[in-house]
Amino acid sequence: MLNDPNQANELTRRPFLKRVLALLLGTIAFLPPLAAGVSAFLHPLRRGAGAGTLLRVTTLAALPEDGTPRRFPVMASRRNAWTRSPHEPLGAVFLRRTGPETAEALHAVCPHAGCQVVFASETRDFQCPCHKSSFDLAGRISQANSPSPRDMDTLELEIRDREIWIRFQNFRSGSVRKIPV
Amino acid sequence: MIARLLNWLDRRTGILRGTLAVLLEPIPGGPRWRHVWGTLLALVFATQIVTGFFLWTGYSASAQTAWESVYYLEHEIGGGWFLRGLHHFTAQLLVVLLVVHLVTLVLSRAYTAPRELSFWLVLILVPLFVGMSVTGWLLPFDQRAYWAARVPLNLLGLTPVLGPALQQALIGGPEVGHLTLTRFLALHAGLLPLLIGGILLLHLHLLFRERVAAPAPRPSSGRPYWPEQACLDAFAFALALALLVVVVLVTGGAGLGAPADPSQEYSAARPEWLFLFLYQFLKLFPGPAEIWGAVVLPSLVFLVFVAMPWIGRSARGHALNVILVMSLLLGAVVLTGAAWFADSRDRDYRAAVAQARVEGDRARLLAGSPAGIPAAGALALTRGDPLLRGPRLFASYCAGCHRFDGHDGLGRIPGEAPSASDLKGFAGRAWLAGLLDPERVDSAHYFGGTRFKEGRMVRFVKRDVAGFTPEQKAELQSVIVALSAEAALPRQRALERDDAGRIAAGRAAMANEVMRCTECHKFHEHDDEPVGPDLTGYGSRAWLVDFIGDPAHVRFYGRRNDRMPGYAVDQVLDAEAIGLIADWLREDWYTPEP
Repeated sequence: MLNDPNQANELTRRPFLKRVLALLLGTIAFLPPLAAGVSAFLHPLRRGAGAGTLLRVTTLAALPEDGTPRRFPVMASRRNAWTRSPHEPLGAVFLRRTGPETAEALHAVCPHAGCQVVFASETRDFQCPCHKSSFDLAGRISQANSPSPRDMDTLELEIRDREIWIRFQNFRSGSVRKIPV
Repeated sequence: MIARLLNWLDRRTGILRGTLAVLLEPIPGGPRWRHVWGTLLALVFATQIVTGFFLWTGYSASAQTAWESVYYLEHEIGGGWFLRGLHHFTAQLLVVLLVVHLVTLVLSRAYTAPRELSFWLVLILVPLFVGMSVTGWLLPFDQRAYWAARVPLNLLGLTPVLGPALQQALIGGPEVGHLTLTRFLALHAGLLPLLIGGILLLHLHLLFRERVAAPAPRPSSGRPYWPEQACLDAFAFALALALLVVVVLVTGGAGLGAPADPSQEYSAARPEWLFLFLYQFLKLFPGPAEIWGAVVLPSLVFLVFVAMPWIGRSARGHALNVILVMSLLLGAVVLTGAAWFADSRDRDYRAAVAQARVEGDRARLLAGSPAGIPAAGALALTRGDPLLRGPRLFASYCAGCHRFDGHDGLGRIPGEAPSASDLKGFAGRAWLAGLLDPERVDSAHYFGGTRFKEGRMVRFVKRDVAGFTPEQKAELQSVIVALSAEAALPRQRALERDDAGRIAAGRAAMANEVMRCTECHKFHEHDDEPVGPDLTGYGSRAWLVDFIGDPAHVRFYGRRNDRMPGYAVDQVLDAEAIGLIADWLREDWYTPEP
């Protein structure tokens, strides 16, 4: 069509403003539905990282005296978009006695890619089945060239009346720093 | 009549003339097998649209319905497993075809001007196909899907600047849940196929246009697309579909594992075989270097591909492109082989795969039981199943001291010797016979590792029972049968129905001068200051739940309790978990009617 010389001439004669206006109005008309959609889609970004609440996990009595870590599910009411479950595992922690009245909590998720690490009783260390990261009893990287960018994530722990309470939080995988999500 | 209708349509739209012009235009060099790849890619993609649409009609995206709807499709809807299997394997073929098409474009130097746009379109398909795979994996929402999908999502989070925000927007919150499934489905069945379809159409249009506007000298004798090339394309397509049907029939479909459980570790997580090379590649970039393997290098390779039309202008540049493509292919093959080799020698991984299979079978069996899947979802079934949860709980909470048939419940043999009894078959006839055997009572299988090794029970068995006459031994057998009947074990139900008389005799004998059980133990009405555990209902569910909850209770070991924690009184386990351990030890779980 543009090859038609008459029409091409007519186009160039058309006021510049009208063409700009046509494009502008067209774009503006398209914006509200797009903006509304994108805004709904990005809604999850507007929620900041939760600080985590203190949750009772177990009692000191449940931890072996010899400092062997034991895995515990962290149960709490959990909200998944439109459903709420009153008693649902949020994740898991490894608890380990560090003294008669003290204990330490490690997030059971590998900081590398988010797999659940397991405690290997033969080698007495934590091992990730996905990419073979290994961590010592305190959760520190225990191999050269570990796939994991950081040590296992420690969690804030409080002992009240020999009950173990934990501030459970998830952290971003793969980053060198421990960033709550 | 039909001709008139077509003519009318053509006058209004010009579609027929345009199509015919394309179909009948001579192809330079005539029909060739190597021309099939582009069309084949489009045709195979079209089958994905078809199977995908019908899968979509039966799929429900939410954490409580995704696995459940896929289960229903696989097992309740006739041929559903075939439909899903076809979609699953066609997706893999599609990736293979894309790679082949891309490689043939480079090898045949069909990427230089004026065909660079056509080449770039194929290139854009690569990330789009990766997106299709990643979004598609998650949708069945079984353990494998859940844990495998975490990895690409985490890698996305590594991407600088936009990565974390994009990751969170895709997941739809801090954790994978309902919104992840709805978003992935919208991408997988909506946006991405639309983009891919559009690009494929544009790519085909350009391919045909190139054939029409082939660079001079125009071949005068080239044969047209229709019908010869179309025949080759159709043949290749039929062959591909035949191959897929065979693969689906032989493998039995895509398979479905246990429903996704964020609290349950899954040690068998691996990407699909097509992406195994990337998994292996990432192992080369430990710790903070991972961003190089996951983001920087793949982006650079992609950029080099984008620049190929310019690099390939000279003969040397083309050779460079070919070398790059071939070494990438070779690298992928080597890395895939290395990953396979490493996994095949990894005992833990193989055990995890076997365990995952067992759990998947069990989850599907439960879902297919008469009770069916509750509205709360299949997770309620697997979490409440003694056979699935029992061994894991035992391994975590009991296997520090106890064993189960020599292992920790999950088949692993702990390094240290057991310091409490082996509970496989607890309260069953064989187990009790071992306990009352002078040879075995103080072995590690029973009291050998405990403070009761020197206790009254062991002394009684080793002295008194060892001296029993044959008649007394026969009576002891009746006592064993009677005591075991207290447990009302499901597996002994039939036996005990036949042995009613013997059980009655055994019960009576427990109080006599020879057996002397009630001298120390309470048994129903007899309670002469019991020092040993109450034998009333010994091994029954109620007895076990109470015992595990508080073994130091006066009804059981009292102050003589040896190390065993009170799992309920010490708040180590909740009532549900204790019940699951008890049910598992009693082998009391759902089994289908034969």
